[in-house]
Amino acid sequence: MAILEAKGLTVDIPTEDGTVHAVRNVSFAIRPGSLFGIAGESGSGKSVLTQAVMGLLPNADISGEVWFEGRNLIGLPQEEMRRLRGGRIGMIFQDPLSSLHPFYTIGAQIAEVLHAHETIGPAEARARVVDMLGKVGIPAPAERFDDYPHQFSGGMRQRVMIAMALILKPALIIADEPTTALDVTVQAQIVELLDAMRRDFGTTVILITHDLGLLSSVADDVMVMYAGNRLEYGRAADVFRAPAHPYTAGLLRSTPASYRPGAELAPIGGRPPSLLATPAGCVFAPRCPEALARCASERPPLRVYDDGVESLCWLEAGAGRARPAMAAAASVVKAADPEPVAEIEDVCLTYQTGSFFGAKRSLEVLKGIDLTVGRGETVGLVGESGCGKSTLARIVAGLVPATSGHVRVLGKDMASLDARAWRKMRREVQLVFQDPFGSLNPRRRVGAIIGDPFRLHGIASGEERREKVRRLMEMVGLNPEHYNRFPAEFSGGQRQRIGIARALALNPALIICDEPVSALDVSIQAQVLNLLRELQRDLGLTYLFISHDLSVVRHVCDRIAVMQGGRIVELETAERLFADPQHDYTRTLLSASRMLPAFADGGGRVLVETRGLA
Amino acid sequence: MIRFLASRVGFGAGVLLVLSAFVFFLFFVAPGDPARMIAGDKATESQLQQIRKNLGVDRPIVVQYGAFMQKALSGDLGFSYRNQQPVAPIILRRIPVTLSLVLGGALLWLSIGVPIGIMSARHVGSLRDRLGQAFILVGLSFPTFVLGMMSLYLLYFMPKQAGFTLFPAGGYKALTSDPLVWAWHLALPWTTLALTMAAIYARLTRGQMLDVMGEDYIRTARAKGLSERRVVWKHGLRAALTPLVTQLGADIALLLGGVIVIEQVYGLQGVGALAVQAVANQDRPIIIGVVLLGGLFIVIANIVVDLLYVLLDPRVR
Repeated sequence: MAILEAKGLTVDIPTEDGTVHAVRNVSFAIRPGSLFGIAGESGSGKSVLTQAVMGLLPNADISGEVWFEGRNLIGLPQEEMRRLRGGRIGMIFQDPLSSLHPFYTIGAQIAEVLHAHETIGPAEARARVVDMLGKVGIPAPAERFDDYPHQFSGGMRQRVMIAMALILKPALIIADEPTTALDVTVQAQIVELLDAMRRDFGTTVILITHDLGLLSSVADDVMVMYAGNRLEYGRAADVFRAPAHPYTAGLLRSTPASYRPGAELAPIGGRPPSLLATPAGCVFAPRCPEALARCASERPPLRVYDDGVESLCWLEAGAGRARPAMAAAASVVKAADPEPVAEIEDVCLTYQTGSFFGAKRSLEVLKGIDLTVGRGETVGLVGESGCGKSTLARIVAGLVPATSGHVRVLGKDMASLDARAWRKMRREVQLVFQDPFGSLNPRRRVGAIIGDPFRLHGIASGEERREKVRRLMEMVGLNPEHYNRFPAEFSGGQRQRIGIARALALNPALIICDEPVSALDVSIQAQVLNLLRELQRDLGLTYLFISHDLSVVRHVCDRIAVMQGGRIVELETAERLFADPQHDYTRTLLSASRMLPAFADGGGRVLVETRGLA
Repeated sequence: MIRFLASRVGFGAGVLLVLSAFVFFLFFVAPGDPARMIAGDKATESQLQQIRKNLGVDRPIVVQYGAFMQKALSGDLGFSYRNQQPVAPIILRRIPVTLSLVLGGALLWLSIGVPIGIMSARHVGSLRDRLGQAFILVGLSFPTFVLGMMSLYLLYFMPKQAGFTLFPAGGYKALTSDPLVWAWHLALPWTTLALTMAAIYARLTRGQMLDVMGEDYIRTARAKGLSERRVVWKHGLRAALTPLVTQLGADIALLLGGVIVIEQVYGLQGVGALAVQAVANQDRPIIIGVVLLGGLFIVIANIVVDLLYVLLDPRVR
């Protein structure tokens, strides 16, 4: 008996551009007490699906059935739905800071759940909230009841959200990307807590995530979604051992978490389809490496295999028949002792923070950093938020002066540059930013953005500049014909390519990449990471690569510096750091980041049934 | 906290000082001879000289300003050119009228504008939203005096023609004598003021609520199973309140400095009416006093708004 069962769930959302087909004919059944994983990239419909189930999409056009505790939730009266929300079904969201009301204390916000569903006095409510806060691991819960969300760390805030979702002991909890906004080590704690709470309270959990490594380690069953369709569905162990659908296989191959030394990531080509269109055939066909002729024109049937895995695909034997050869990483011969491009010597940075009412305090952000980046190598800076890695990048770029210590780029001390020398130095150090949406001016054409460095430094103009920009666009895999388009017309991955092209324009000595792929989907991440590597191979670039994600850093870096609390605690070549970490903190980071186990292709499963063939 | 307050008060005092100098010098470079105004056209030159001497306007301007500031600090703003009465009491007498008009009006415009804004935001694109938008457009584009004249005609003149008094034509009765009569006399001015201001607040509330209702914590509130009313009024409005308070502070301060049109239409002897008379009479000491009073209100309102921020937003505490 399933606790939640969806049959043919379809969600259409009317917008100004037309109808967005966010979820198309999705069915699944969740066993009581299990952890049900929904995997997918942004736009796959995974969040929309659960919000539709919860009645949180008033404007959406929802059809199909969703059965929960003997009732069909679709079309349930508002008042009954309201009583289910929070009472029988709890929800946890991605960003705990924005999901908690900034102006109310966390205790009041949790107690509000009790008051909304029960008749209960304030003292009793407070006692129950304090008890629950203790259970989710908030130290000194009685004192912290009256604190506001901004007074908690990210992990503690997510614990507050979990306490809020669990306080009425609901039968089902929907966790929508609960760890994505958190640091790696905190992620592991939150997943453990969710898992422990599931056992203690007997709650069923739906875990929505793009993180396949996370799902493979905790989920019982898993559903893989793409462009609103359920492409694959089955027990997590079976799906991750041998994915049946080419999309699942492609995702697993492209995620840095399945890194094998010496192997290039195999990205899924192309970009996700528009949800406005209704393709005649398979939604994944345009990007599928194993697509058959009929895939583009005929709706794929549902294949059911002997181990219970279901796949929406024309391939009878599952993915892997025509699997693309995994390119071996081209071995780049690098000089053993390259000349230094950037030398960082005992750099410290101290901020004076004058709090509004209190006395002035000083905040040490960097406490003596020594690091050398040699020509042609990639040095990774890894650490959790607040460790000072981005600040260090700004100092190296000369955007923030160091309080003490020296930064030399190409032998010149950044602190002693006069205005003209500094301007010249700007050509040598370039940045690639994290957010491809916020870091490009939306009102300027792509050609103008990429051509800016030429214009600002008076290097090329007119047709010559246009020609250079077109060549750069080609180099980073953009269509040069799109010269006159605006950033909004490009996807996240393409925008990051624009940023890279701009950074490359002046042939800089050093490119600082600040979390260049963390805002991108898994299949797109691999494209951008591979591009960065190719460019390095072809142009001999030098990177300082900042990331919180160890698996990403491992994929691109020659040497990795692990940062904690403003210090570099370990600096080692990538392979040695992973094989034999020396510092405790490195070991914590490594154990917290999940590596995917190797998976097989095809998996030797037997097709038992095919449904939906015309 | 004390330091913060002290610095704001100090800054406010500085603003007032600069303002006083600016107004003082501005009026003294402006054309017009106060002596001739007082003495009339037939006065001889020696009479004018005598008056100038009495007023002290024959001295160098810097000396005049110094003398003015010295007295001003002890609350003496000089004497009206017109009737030789001290300026400060003249202005102070007018404040209760303006204060009654503005504070009562503010209460009314908030209770009209905020709910309309919320209604519009909750049903974006619907008929109710379009009605709300129409209200905003009409309120913003209707000149105050037209609205005032219309309500006078409809609610005073026409009932009068029919033989009964629905509302008085204007005038002010003190709150202390009879609150009901006070409110009855102010009902029309309040409505006129509120209708024009409510449009601004409806628009502001609508915009704020549209932003806030898209926030993640509103989704959380719904996921908790709260009723929609509670989601909107407790979680939504609370977050939209801060910019409303800022606007309210600035508006009240500005209006306290003189609600010129409405006071004229309804014959209310408030600060605004005083300012109009003083300008017409070229009564410089009164003009300077009214301007300084307006400045004082704005400085105070800004400090109050800053303090309210601290109360409203736990993050800046």
